[in-house]
Amino acid sequence: MNRLSWFNVTALTFGFAFLYLPMVILVIYSFNASKLVTVWAGFSTRWYGELLRNDAFLDAAWVTIKVAVVSSTFATVLGTMAAYVLVRGGRFLGRTLFSGMIYAPLVMPEVITGLSLLLLFIGIGLDRGVMTIVLAHTTFSMCYVSVVVSSRLVTFDRSLEEAALDLGCSSFDAFRLVTLPIIAPAVISGWLLAFTLSLDDLVIASFTAGPSATTLPIKIFSAVRLGVSPEINALSTIMIGIVTIGVITAALVTKRNSLRQQQEEQAAARVA
Amino acid sequence: MAETIFAPWDDPTEKPLIRFRNVTKRFGAFTAIDDLTLDIFEREFFALLGPSGCGKTTMMRMLAGFETPSEGTIELAGQDIAAVPPNKRAVNMMFQSYALFPHLSVYDNIAFGLRRDSLPRADIDARVGEMLKLTRLEKFARRKPHQISGGQRQRVALARSLAKAPKLLLLDEPLGALDAKLRQATQFELMDIQEKTGTTFVIVTHDQEEAMTVASRVAVMDEGRVMQVATPERIYEAPESVYVADFIGDVNIVPGTARAVGDGLFQLNWAEDTVPFIAASEGAFSEGQACHLAIRPEKIAISAERPPEAENAVHGKVLDIAYLGNLSTYHVELPGGQVIKAQTANTRRISRRSFTWEDPVWVSWTKTAGVLLDQ
Repeated sequence: MNRLSWFNVTALTFGFAFLYLPMVILVIYSFNASKLVTVWAGFSTRWYGELLRNDAFLDAAWVTIKVAVVSSTFATVLGTMAAYVLVRGGRFLGRTLFSGMIYAPLVMPEVITGLSLLLLFIGIGLDRGVMTIVLAHTTFSMCYVSVVVSSRLVTFDRSLEEAALDLGCSSFDAFRLVTLPIIAPAVISGWLLAFTLSLDDLVIASFTAGPSATTLPIKIFSAVRLGVSPEINALSTIMIGIVTIGVITAALVTKRNSLRQQQEEQAAARVA
Repeated sequence: MAETIFAPWDDPTEKPLIRFRNVTKRFGAFTAIDDLTLDIFEREFFALLGPSGCGKTTMMRMLAGFETPSEGTIELAGQDIAAVPPNKRAVNMMFQSYALFPHLSVYDNIAFGLRRDSLPRADIDARVGEMLKLTRLEKFARRKPHQISGGQRQRVALARSLAKAPKLLLLDEPLGALDAKLRQATQFELMDIQEKTGTTFVIVTHDQEEAMTVASRVAVMDEGRVMQVATPERIYEAPESVYVADFIGDVNIVPGTARAVGDGLFQLNWAEDTVPFIAASEGAFSEGQACHLAIRPEKIAISAERPPEAENAVHGKVLDIAYLGNLSTYHVELPGGQVIKAQTANTRRISRRSFTWEDPVWVSWTKTAGVLLDQ
C-alpha cells in the first residue's frame, strides 16, 4: 500500500508550511546581524545578548514565569479536586450544572473572561498586579487540568480506593497514598498544560495586569506596536522553545503512562 | 480419642461472630437483599453461593462497610456495625480484581494496612515476612504487581488482606481469574491458610464446586433471599427446595402427587397408568399434595433386567449417552415421556458399552435415594 502518495505529501507539506513557516522565519531572523528586520546581514547571536541587558524584558519574563508557576500549581490543585468530585461524587444535587460550569471557560471568549475578572477585581478593590494575573490564570486554566485529570480518573479502578479504605485509610489518605500516585502522570501533564497556557496568554493578562506587573506577551505586544525589533525575534524564539518543551514533555508523560498502563493490562490479561 | 466435629451452628450456646438480622438492602426500586437473617460463626469458612445478581456481593460489601443496610442490623461480635466506616472495621476484603496497588511493590502492598496502624517498623517487617512465608512469596517481595503471574497476584491480595489479622476475611470471587488447574490447587491452599490462621472466611462465589470444596457451610442464594444454609453434604444430599437441588450438581426432578403409606414412606404418582415411586421423607405430605422427587443421577442404577430387589424400577429406552471419561450419563426415556438421567462410573476401560442408543433398559433406585420436595 502506497500511503505516501504525491497527494498526501503535498497536503502534508502545505499543512506544515502553513502552520510553521511564520515561526521558522521568526527563528531565522532572530539570528540576523542586521538591525533591520527584513534585511539579512549574516548570522549573529547579538540580539540574544542585547536581550539579556534589557531589564524591562527580563523583568517581564520573570513576572511571567512566576505567574505561570504559581497559577498552574493552583489550577492543578483546584482542577484535580474538581475532576475528582465530578468523577467520584456520584449523583449529587447540581452535578450537571457543576460539570457544565467547569467546562464553560474552555469555550468562553477570553475577552469576556478577562473583562469580567477585571470588573471583579475593581469591584472588590484588589490592586492589579502579579496577584490578579495569578488569580485570572488559575481561573481559566483549571478547567483544562480538570479535563485531563478526569479523563484519567474515569478509567481508574475504583476497587483500589476501596481496598485502601478497607486496609484502614481515611478517604483523604486513600487519595493521597493510592489515587494520587497512580494518576500523577495525568496531574503532571495537566500542570504542564496550565503552565504553557499561562505563559503565552495575552488577552486575559492585559485585562488583569497592572502598572506594577507586566507579563512578557504584553511587553512584546506593546513593543511590536512601535516596530518589530530583532530583540523581539530573539525573545519569541526563546518562548517558542519553552512552550515546545512544555508541550512535548506533557505529551511524552501522557504517552509513556498510557503505554505502561497498556502493558500492565496486557500482562494481566495474559495470566487471567 | 473422639475428634470433635467443627459444627458451632448446631450448638445453641455458641455466639455467632456475624449476625444478619432481617437485613434488607434496596438500590432505588431494586431489592438486592430481601429480609435476610443469617448467623456466621467464628473460624467458619462460609460460602455465599448463587447466580450473578442474587445479592451475594451486596452482602459482602455490607460486611466490608461499602454499603449500609436499608433495614435491619448486622452485628459483628455482638456489636451493630452499621455506623462503623470501612477503615475502622476489623474486617478485611480480598477483591475480585485483587485491587493491588500498582505503584507499590509486593512488600509495600502487604505492609500497607499495617503502616496505617503506625506500628513500629520492626513489627511491620516481621508481620510482612510472616505473610510472605505463608503465601510462599518471599522471592517476589521487591517485585511490582505487573511483574508477577496471576496466581502470585492472587496470593499477594490474600496476604495483604490477612496481614492485619482481621476477625473476618471477605473473599469476593477470589479464584475467578485463575485457570481450572490453578484454581483447584488454590482452593486447597485457601483452606490450609484458613485453618492455620483460624480466621473466619466468608467467600462469595458462583462456582458450586468451589463452594462445596472449601466451605464448612454454604448459603445458596437466589434473588436476595437465602434458600438454604447447610453443610455441603446436606446441601447436596438433602436440599430443601427444587431450586437448591437444581442449582447444586445434576439432578432428576420428577413432579407428581403424594400419598402417605405410613412409616414415613410416601407414594409419588408421577404419570397415569404407572406404578408409583416410593420414597422416604422426613417431612409430611398430605394426600394428593403436589410434590417433586429430586434424585441424583449417580444414585440411579441402569440394568438390562429388572433388578429383583429394587424398591423403584421403571422400564425405558436409552435416548442419549454422554461420555465424560470417568463417568457416563445415560438419558433414559420413561413411558410418559419423562427423561431420567442415570450415571455410572466407568471403572473399566470400555471396549464395548453394555447399552447403546435405543436399547430397552431398567432404571432403579432405593426408597432413600431421592428426596421429596414440596417446592
